[in-house]
Amino acid sequence: MAFLEATNLHAAYGQTRVLHGMNFAMDEGTITTLLGANGAGKTTTLRALCGMVRTEGQIQFAGQRVDGRATEDIVRLGIAHVPDGRGTFVNLTTEENLRLGAYTRKDRDNVEPDLERIYGYFPRLKERRAQQAGTLSGGEQQMLAVSRALMLRPKLMLLDEPSFGLAPLIVKELFGILRAVNEKERVSMLVVEQNAAMALNLADRAYVIETGRVVLSGLSADIRKDDAVRRAYLGY
Amino acid sequence: MDALLHQVLAGLATGGIYASMALALVMIYQATHLVNFAQGELAMFSTYIAWSLIEAGMPYWAAFFLTVGFSFVLGVVIERVVIRPVEHAPVLAVVVVFIALLVILNSVTGWIYTFTIKTFPSPFPEQPLFGNKYMSSHEIGAICVTMVVLVLLYAFFRYTPLGLAMRAAAQNPESSRLVGIRVGWMLALGWGLAAAIGSVAGMMVAPIVFLDPNMMGGVLLYAFAAALIGGIDSPGGAVFGGFLVGVLENVLGAFVIGNELKLAVALVLIIGVLTVRPSGFFGKVHVTRV
Amino acid sequence: MKKSALIGYAVLLAIACALPFLVSEYRTFQFTLVLVYSIALLGLNILTGYNGQISLGHGAFYAIGAYVAAILMDKAGFPYWATIPLAGAVCLVAGFLFGLPALRLEGLYLALATFALGVSLPQLLKYHHLEGWTGGVQGIVITKPDAPEFLASLGLTLNQDQWLYFFTLAVTLVMFLLAWNLLRGRIGRAMMAIRDNHVAAEAMGVNNAMVKSLTFGVSAMFTGVAGALGAIAIQFVAPDSFNIFLSLTFLIGMVIGGVASISGALYGALFIQFVPNVADEISKAAPWAIFGLFLLGFTYLMPLGIAGAIRMGLARLTRKAHNSQPVENMIRPHSPKEENP
Repeated sequence: MAFLEATNLHAAYGQTRVLHGMNFAMDEGTITTLLGANGAGKTTTLRALCGMVRTEGQIQFAGQRVDGRATEDIVRLGIAHVPDGRGTFVNLTTEENLRLGAYTRKDRDNVEPDLERIYGYFPRLKERRAQQAGTLSGGEQQMLAVSRALMLRPKLMLLDEPSFGLAPLIVKELFGILRAVNEKERVSMLVVEQNAAMALNLADRAYVIETGRVVLSGLSADIRKDDAVRRAYLGY
Repeated sequence: MDALLHQVLAGLATGGIYASMALALVMIYQATHLVNFAQGELAMFSTYIAWSLIEAGMPYWAAFFLTVGFSFVLGVVIERVVIRPVEHAPVLAVVVVFIALLVILNSVTGWIYTFTIKTFPSPFPEQPLFGNKYMSSHEIGAICVTMVVLVLLYAFFRYTPLGLAMRAAAQNPESSRLVGIRVGWMLALGWGLAAAIGSVAGMMVAPIVFLDPNMMGGVLLYAFAAALIGGIDSPGGAVFGGFLVGVLENVLGAFVIGNELKLAVALVLIIGVLTVRPSGFFGKVHVTRV
Repeated sequence: MKKSALIGYAVLLAIACALPFLVSEYRTFQFTLVLVYSIALLGLNILTGYNGQISLGHGAFYAIGAYVAAILMDKAGFPYWATIPLAGAVCLVAGFLFGLPALRLEGLYLALATFALGVSLPQLLKYHHLEGWTGGVQGIVITKPDAPEFLASLGLTLNQDQWLYFFTLAVTLVMFLLAWNLLRGRIGRAMMAIRDNHVAAEAMGVNNAMVKSLTFGVSAMFTGVAGALGAIAIQFVAPDSFNIFLSLTFLIGMVIGGVASISGALYGALFIQFVPNVADEISKAAPWAIFGLFLLGFTYLMPLGIAGAIRMGLARLTRKAHNSQPVENMIRPHSPKEENP
């Protein structure tokens, strides 16, 4: 049984169907990336995993079925979603945002050390801990969003276009931290990206989505090397 | 000069009550973007409960705290049972539900307790503090109680995890769900708190205006004016607005327009703020998306 | 209009005309009030149901109409029938003027502003500087009109209640025809377009400001005419009868009768006139508790009111199925899951 598995997943917004029977899976401790053009359904896939859209089909996580369950309950199973647009609480301070990440945790004693560890990864956030989160730069807010997800001590992180609007150098720094977290703390990650090159460098496996269906899957090392595939599906 | 000072101080006392009610209104508005037309009747109903307890022989402060607790529960129940089904309904449906709550609470109270005016005791002594001639002990006491409530609320929202979660849920429900906050229950808690605050306001104002099912109509209007002046989404603004409206009401009533048109002051303030500066002193300007 | 509908209305009219001869004077008086309220509810419906501007203070226009009639009759000696169009005219202007600042208020904020008006209304009416005109707290007493003499010469003897009933019926027919004509024309469509999507309406060339203010004026005119008729029927105006509960009564009547429905005005009027009578037997406070419960019940279960329920029932009976187009509900229940990204 895979760590995370979607079987015949359909999703719709109102009357509009966006996902048409997707199938994918990932193993624990790996980083998987979902690639595809705009409108392919990548964001919808992540939202479906979190119970934020109406779905049909099965979603299994760590041996449990999570399709049809409320977002708050899915989160409590250990899935942290860094949403499209970052979802920052703009009127709260940086530190308040981070503490909210730990809201559902039962191990209260570990929250403070975790906070310090996060500040260790992202010293700029520590500098701005008392600042209103809405005043942080785009890059800082992205780091804040990732950090907030980390404060949950998740088993699985869903990241929606973490590179969006960030300078390449910052993306490199961020992805480096994600790699480190994945290796040191065994946090599995499902990363949706438009920037295929950087995503393939980060991830172990990749799925390519087109109009709500999986059209390609494989090890990212293989896909990176295959010029024909890259040009056909990823545009470079 | 003496008379002016007296009016200002009395205005501060009633202003504290308006501030509390305005705060309750703002809390609900921040969380749901809804104006709770039934806030006054909720407070009035709670005050009658307190009256019953006191009539049955309970000491004042015991009845006070029991009433506050009861109001909290009532607020939670109303949110979960009555409001939740229409949370995403068109505006007219929501307004209708609030009005329904208003009239049900008003009439049920009248049914149980009749419409005859009753006196409601004040926990504060009859004699003015230090024999001063500016404020009655009740007025001073009401201000103190209001301040205690405001400070407690502030501390709750600022320093406790639950308060933080409630603030988050009000500002950004979707992100709140993503950190595991049960947004629906946060809304219910908000209603509970608002109802509890309202009950305190009711119990503080009842000794002044006497207890009758229609006693909160005017108070609610002033609270609306206060909330709008301060900015309907600004708690601090609501408090400021409350005290301002209290003083304005008294001073204008005593010296400018006469006591019989005092409610018109509230009306003018409300329409004035809404047309001239809808975001009030401290609120945010809203952009409506198509 | 369909033939079946025409026949239906003809029957209704025949019943209405026969009524005063079949029931007691008091009942006739009650039915006169039903007609009065139906005009008032029609006015509110034009503003709120068809144009989406929520008013919790329409009692104000009813009061203005009532006082105009009373003052003209009492202080200026006008005949009762002349006060009706004048009350309408005054309220048309008043409504339009109120509609101007209201342009900037949406939904809840407009509800709030009109609520404030409704609550402070009695105080405004009692204002002692206006006492010379309004009669202050005691109000004004009006003499009940007699049936005109020419009717007697025709061999028709009507008592005061019967005559007043027919007079009111005539005005009601005129007002309903007026509303029907207005709502199915260009302006009516513009009103509804604004209600459903005001930005799109403006983009399509509707002059939102003009239409909304006009709607306010027209709506006030209807309710003002009702107020004048009501004053004449009850023979009395006083500030305390025009409190917030009057405005709320109109709201309730509109919701129960059916929002955005002309016939709803009649059902609503029947409801608000007769239910309190029955409820009063139980307790003085019961009518409002019942109103509140009905409001909640209708909001959750029958959002289109009685008119809507009848319409749907008839459709099912005549098997004119509304194919795949679902009837728009007042409540559109949907979970956050269905919101667009």
